[in-house]
Amino acid sequence: MTYAKPAFRHPESKTNEVGCTRRDYEGGLSTLCAGCGHDSISAAIIDACFELSIEPHQVAKLSGIGCSSKTPAYFLSGSHSFNSVHGRMPSVATGANVANRDLIYIGVSGDGDTASIGMGQFAHVMRRNLNMTYIVENNGCYGLTKGQDSATMDTDSVSKKGDINPYMPIDLVRLGIEVGATFVGRSFSGDKEQLVPLIKAALSHRGFALLDVISPCVTFNNHQGSTKSYANFREHNEAMPVDFIPRREAITTSYDAGVVKEVCLHDGSVLRLQKVNNEYNIEDAQSALDAIAHHTKQDRILTGLLYINRDSEELHDVLQTASKPLNTMTQRDLCPGSRFLDSINAGLR
Amino acid sequence: MQPKESINDFVIKFANVNGTGSASANGMFAKAIFRMGIPVSPRNIFPSNIQGLPTWYEVRVSQDGYLGRRGGIDMMISVNPQSFAKDVSEVEPGGYMLYDTTKPLDLRHVRRDVNYLGIPLTEMCLREYTDSRQRQLFKNVIYVGALAALLNIDFAILKDLVREQFKGKEKLITPNIHALELGHQYASTHFTCPLGIHLKAGEQTPKHIEEFDQILMDGNTATALGAVYAGATVAAWYPITPSTSVVDAFEKYCRRLRIDPGTGKKNYAIVQAEDELSAMGMVIGANWNGARAFTATSGPGLSLMSEFLGLAYFAEVPAVLVDVQRAGPSTGMPTRTQQSDIFAAAYASHGDTKHVLLFPATPAECFSMTVEAFDLAERLQTPVIMMSDLDLGMNEWMSPPLEFDDSYRYDRGKVLTGEELDAMTERFGRYLDVDGDGIPYRTYPGAHPTKGAYFTRGSSRDEYAAYTEDGDVYVRNMDRLLQKFETAKSLVPEAKIKMAEAPTKEALLFFGTTASPAYEALEMLEKENIHLDTLRLRSFPFTQEVEDFIEAHDRIFVIEQNRDGQMRRLLLNETNVEANAKLVSVVEYDGLPVTARKIATVIRGHLGVSNVTSLVSKEKETA
Repeated sequence: MTYAKPAFRHPESKTNEVGCTRRDYEGGLSTLCAGCGHDSISAAIIDACFELSIEPHQVAKLSGIGCSSKTPAYFLSGSHSFNSVHGRMPSVATGANVANRDLIYIGVSGDGDTASIGMGQFAHVMRRNLNMTYIVENNGCYGLTKGQDSATMDTDSVSKKGDINPYMPIDLVRLGIEVGATFVGRSFSGDKEQLVPLIKAALSHRGFALLDVISPCVTFNNHQGSTKSYANFREHNEAMPVDFIPRREAITTSYDAGVVKEVCLHDGSVLRLQKVNNEYNIEDAQSALDAIAHHTKQDRILTGLLYINRDSEELHDVLQTASKPLNTMTQRDLCPGSRFLDSINAGLR
Repeated sequence: MQPKESINDFVIKFANVNGTGSASANGMFAKAIFRMGIPVSPRNIFPSNIQGLPTWYEVRVSQDGYLGRRGGIDMMISVNPQSFAKDVSEVEPGGYMLYDTTKPLDLRHVRRDVNYLGIPLTEMCLREYTDSRQRQLFKNVIYVGALAALLNIDFAILKDLVREQFKGKEKLITPNIHALELGHQYASTHFTCPLGIHLKAGEQTPKHIEEFDQILMDGNTATALGAVYAGATVAAWYPITPSTSVVDAFEKYCRRLRIDPGTGKKNYAIVQAEDELSAMGMVIGANWNGARAFTATSGPGLSLMSEFLGLAYFAEVPAVLVDVQRAGPSTGMPTRTQQSDIFAAAYASHGDTKHVLLFPATPAECFSMTVEAFDLAERLQTPVIMMSDLDLGMNEWMSPPLEFDDSYRYDRGKVLTGEELDAMTERFGRYLDVDGDGIPYRTYPGAHPTKGAYFTRGSSRDEYAAYTEDGDVYVRNMDRLLQKFETAKSLVPEAKIKMAEAPTKEALLFFGTTASPAYEALEMLEKENIHLDTLRLRSFPFTQEVEDFIEAHDRIFVIEQNRDGQMRRLLLNETNVEANAKLVSVVEYDGLPVTARKIATVIRGHLGVSNVTSLVSKEKETA
């Protein structure tokens, strides 16, 4: 890590539509190891929010516990943030979102936080289709406690100490599709070209967006024999490019419908996705599961947008909550007053 | 044996089979007495079961207005052969036993000192009804009709109650009234009515009630109504007996009061979580965002929520938790009452934590304290735990009508708005003690475009919410949290103290549902010239008057419903008086509410007074 963040910025830094420069989306200095994949993801979040012209104070960042969960300190310092307890970010995010539906919720978690202690809350927040973006910074190990295998570690992957992992991995994207996430993508911290548009798409999606981002741990899980090393992931990555066109931009370039699919998101932005084959329909859960399984069998890891359901009901639709956020309601809106109490008392005599 | 005689002062117990519809008939019985203007307190003593196991309903009638359990049974309504042996053994000598003569009595258990009233309940139902469910349900209504004759219940009131109960299902009214009449007629023709124990309306006003303008309500419903009045918009919960009806009632009232007539949308959200951990997380998330949110649970849920309570304490996020206590540890006796979560709640979570606790003793207090709990949680930016219990939460209590002062305004605590942030010239410090009371200022997410954002975390941070492992900064923060807890003493509800007529150095101390039987025990003892001052605790941290009270007495009996005398120990831990020798535990932890007779007996024992009546020895036998 470096010890001081340079104050210097280009005097003519580009501003976005809300008048912010990229710097307005940065956070504190990272305390993660040099070369950590997580820092690349933080940078991708910064790019995505800047380019989408999101006002930083309209974002709430939430996380659990672990290396990944420290990262909300390293981006969007103008946003409120909540670093909660291990594996329980989904419930805090749910309560926060229920209380104020107008903010944009970004949750950051790790494979230890999500796939072990947080498995229950992770599954249930997807079931409820909470309107948020949930990024898993997945490195297959527990960094802060010195490299133990996590539940996403692939079978037969070799740990730094030389132990071979005997257990089945939990595939977060397959789980997400199964239990009700309505936007499911997988990416790689080393592939900014794919990750940034994917984050933008996730933030534009209405409903629960899961991004499982393979993010190598340079200290404990980047050696030969590890399936989650930079080298191994690059070698097996079957990346489907993602092109994100914001709703305000006119679409001018033409594309070949045979190899590219266009997906229009709820807010009017458009995704252009390169198809891996003609059988794969990313708007069909079974088709997505089949494509993921097919590639896994061939020792390839499919990345990109894997599944999307554009017309789902998010939690507020299900709960039928008022469009005015609950946290803005006042005593006048909420308190029935003594007269109603008189009728209650009368009914109990 | 001479049959018992008493007007408006007796205990009747119904022995039923769970799931046979007895609850509504028994409830009607109690409500009819209440409508006659006679103080009554009914209690369900039910199993953790949906259908088939024995269940009881104990009704205390007390002209003096005592609502706790007295101890002893004067009349048993025995309609469950499974529990006959136990039931008959509980009746006091001279008491009555109403039973179903369709099947012969088990003669091995028949006592000579009890008066038997046989009614062919099953036979009457078989004759009158063809449907098997009706045959089962109307058995209960028939015995209520019989009791109306035997005890002198105003029959017109019973008929009114039937009409009210079946409003909207009118065709059920006639058969129910018919069943009442069948029972009434049978009793009138076969027995001398009324019995030695019976009711008489229009007696003098009960001495513990100013006027008989009372309501009959369970604590959980009152708590839920309190949450509505407090402006709670988010309830996150996981079903657990005996707290479930808190959220059920909250939903019922919200449906009436919180649906926007224009859009049909809801000004509230109720989320049934996957577990209690998640429920608490949601409550914290919503409160962090500035909505008033709460959860209701019981002991096992409180254990699961402990980690999050520690976070809310340390990160200073308001939260309201209603703990409707039951008998622990572990699953314990899930349908029996206790006050055994005192320690678990006061010190919930690892590290140095302390939480604000409230101890309601009546439905009216469940209502008012819930409103207060939200104010305290936001003012102090910390969890507040309402320590109710099964007895208070799930049973109907006679209570003064609920009151709400329309001029009262919510205390939302120290929150900086966007405008206030805008006007600020100094740097905002989330954990800066600006006012010297240990309570910092907070901001809601999204309040201001450039000011007021901060990082909430369960890890150590400085006054500006920046992560730190500096021991001095950590200590400063922990000391401020302690100071905040001191500030809480000036905000929480004060204890209720009553001094005896004669000066005394001895006292009773109690809280929550031990209050009612304690006040009754006090009067029993006063009649024997034993005078005691009393203190009813209503909150933790303990206020100054609690310490002064302990200081001023030589011996204080602490009455509570747990094995280890948890409140006594909390008092020793959390007051600055030397009280180890002074505080004497009086505990009951069999899962049933402690009785007045039990309290009086134990205290007599401690005082070396041997005024043990036959009634008391009977009580010991059955306890």
